[in-house]
Amino acid sequence: MVTFIYFNYMITENNNSFLRIEREDLQGLIEALAESGYRVIGPTVRDGAIVYDEVEKLDDLPAGWTDEQQPGSYRLKRRDDRALFGFNVGPHSWKKFLHPPNLRLFQAKRNDKGFEISNDNQPAPDLVFLGVRACELHAIAIQDKVFINGPYVDSVYGERREKAFVVAVNCGQAGGTCFCTSMKTGPRAESGFDIALTEVIETDQHYFVAEAGSERGVEILEKTRTRKADESEKKKAVEIVEFAASRMGRNLDTTGIKELLYRNHDHPRWEDVASRCLTCANCTMACPTCFCTTVEDTTDLTGDHAERWRRWDSCFTTDFSYIHGGSMRVSVKSRYRQWMTHKLAAWIDQFGTSGCVGCGRCITWCPAGIDITEEAAAIRKNELQRENKEQQDGNA
Amino acid sequence: MKRKETPKLALWKFASCDGCQLSLLDCEDELLAVAGAVQISHFLEASRAVVKGPYDLSLVEGSITTAHDAERIHQVRRASKRLVTIGACATAGGIQALRNFKDVREFIKIVYATPEYISALETSTPISAHVKVDFELRGCPISKSQLIETISAFLNNRKPVTPPHSVCLECKLRGNVCVMVAHGVPCLGPVTHAGCGALCPAYNRGCFGCFGPQETPNTTSLSDQLSRLNVQRDELVRMYRGFNAGAKPFRRESEKNEE
Repeated sequence: MVTFIYFNYMITENNNSFLRIEREDLQGLIEALAESGYRVIGPTVRDGAIVYDEVEKLDDLPAGWTDEQQPGSYRLKRRDDRALFGFNVGPHSWKKFLHPPNLRLFQAKRNDKGFEISNDNQPAPDLVFLGVRACELHAIAIQDKVFINGPYVDSVYGERREKAFVVAVNCGQAGGTCFCTSMKTGPRAESGFDIALTEVIETDQHYFVAEAGSERGVEILEKTRTRKADESEKKKAVEIVEFAASRMGRNLDTTGIKELLYRNHDHPRWEDVASRCLTCANCTMACPTCFCTTVEDTTDLTGDHAERWRRWDSCFTTDFSYIHGGSMRVSVKSRYRQWMTHKLAAWIDQFGTSGCVGCGRCITWCPAGIDITEEAAAIRKNELQRENKEQQDGNA
Repeated sequence: MKRKETPKLALWKFASCDGCQLSLLDCEDELLAVAGAVQISHFLEASRAVVKGPYDLSLVEGSITTAHDAERIHQVRRASKRLVTIGACATAGGIQALRNFKDVREFIKIVYATPEYISALETSTPISAHVKVDFELRGCPISKSQLIETISAFLNNRKPVTPPHSVCLECKLRGNVCVMVAHGVPCLGPVTHAGCGALCPAYNRGCFGCFGPQETPNTTSLSDQLSRLNVQRDELVRMYRGFNAGAKPFRRESEKNEE
């Protein structure tokens, strides 16, 4: 469990009441948020995928759509109901709203005395994240640790994060590349939200069970048409998430994973995965916790105006490990090993938790279909064989 | 602190379509700034007026396909303090490097009524195969913003920002949905050098590889994946034999699939 130091999400006995919101009344929730001055970002269908973009009305949500995900493959499919959140995570993550892909850090203009520096950061937008899954809440909490809970605070992230209003949605199904139960990050949203919803669909009724996770969540729910959820409705909401938990497409054995990967930095599997890895960086871009950036300086033709930009970078590029004299990770093997070992092992030493939340994006969006759970399992399996062999050799 | 003299800029054309040179004229918003920052001294596409060399910066378009050009590129090099190639022809041999896989005399016989008037080399080769090149700008055609960036970098004595990673990174920065993963569309993005801003995938098309191979292209793995999307071997050969057919990783991969 990741603890929040910076933000006060609280669940107390008094306001932890469960409410029922009819499907059509979710429009009222969106309106209440918009009237409070927020721009609502939520899932919507675009270019054959469910992406995160501005939503104004219920019809903007992916009603009746679901996704089928496998390593290197994502397909939208029709559902036989009108579910609004009947799918799993897509190509985008909330990272792009909290930690912008491209950001101008400053401009410099030449004057008589030298340079005049201007920081033209725009104020953070007031955004609602509608439809944040449990794994994504954990991903945000992990980035909080990286950007604002340590000694070096990223103010751009911090301001955006503080303003963001989080509406979580509990998962009623698990995708083919999901493994949040392995990472203990889901599928139930337990903290880190202003409001959490569970979508309940039955033959004759379709509603949400809502709970507030903060004061402002309570306030918004007060402006939405709701009624108190009864015991059977609350029970159904729990069962729905339990069902999702039983349907994980993938599994990652995390037992002693840090030591396992540290011990196996010369495992032959790294060569094997290197033969498949495209070093295209898709996994790191799609990952909701990968946070690395680079800075690029530009000048104009006159040389009187310069800018410094920050953009997402990836440990799969050679520039990433470039120091004086050259790149430190020239081989593909060293780059994949760096990424996976950092994500699953070194992250624990660095930030106290795993860097992986089991969302499965790196598996789905890898054009070569490389599966981090399969790679970890292969290292574990071969190591076991090696140990058994050593044992047998010892016995003989 | 102002620069002392206005540097002389020259543009040179070898075997090419002129598209990359035209990219400079296409820089409508920046053209006056370019003309102010440099003395455009040799640019026949724009003006017959030629200023004598030597030139501070030469932009070279096109590949070497004739014995005459193989000589001329040395003259250009001698007259240039810095030589930057622009585009796939100058950097990898261009689409005309398709001749490298066949007998060029056969082509000449088919195309020209009087083949004996044609004097062409058997191969189309990049500028770097003939003279020292200071920097190579990729693309078919080059990106206008990268051209301005390269000229700015030259004027300010710094390295141009033209990252050599894959197109995928640009695709993700732009928020595109991966056409290969979500639609099963064959795409060269994972093995292709960035620079176009992931133009084709933004319009739901697979990448054609216009910017040539990225820094560490794993074409073998991509071909395996494309085969799983039912791309046949002859089609793979055609995919790698585009504007950058002569670039080593693409050439090798196409030859491997031809066997």
